[in-house]
Amino acid sequence: MDALTRQRIEELLATSPVFVFMKGSKLMPQCGFSNNVVQILHSVGVPFETFDVLSDAEIRQGIKEFSEWPTIPQVYLKGEFIGGSDILIEMYNSGELRETLEVALAS
Amino acid sequence: MVHPDQVKAAITLAMPDATVEVEDLTGGGDHLQVRVISSAFSGLSRVRQHQLVYGALSQELASEAIHALALQTSTPA
Repeated sequence: MDALTRQRIEELLATSPVFVFMKGSKLMPQCGFSNNVVQILHSVGVPFETFDVLSDAEIRQGIKEFSEWPTIPQVYLKGEFIGGSDILIEMYNSGELRETLEVALAS
Repeated sequence: MVHPDQVKAAITLAMPDATVEVEDLTGGGDHLQVRVISSAFSGLSRVRQHQLVYGALSQELASEAIHALALQTSTPA
């Protein structure tokens, strides 16, 4: 990943405390896993922004190196990677996600 | 696509004590559900636990032989 791609990723993450790199958009997810994450975040009721990696090959590859995580979607909280679809589902089911988001967004 | 046995072999090569269950969700060999139980996960965050498994499968994921991987990790009871 070049310095410009890293900088673009950091600028995207700075736009919202909860940020998702996904396939497709919030309204039209292009992958079941990305859709899971969007539905979970809607259900928790927190504001979040997304970026469609299908629209940008450099971000699509770069984000995997950024987080050392090979798959999309990727969910970030205040710039820190917290998980993909499986982890978000687990955190949602245990109640941990709501708590983590509420604490982070309140501070 | 990959055979579930290849996935199992790649994970146990990296994590010899792991108990691995692989389920082929579509029969096409590219949408897999994998459960891994290993003491190597002890004390690690979920992100780090999954990163260990992804690391073991890095070739299969990079080549997109595996398109989708649903992953559950845990430590032995």
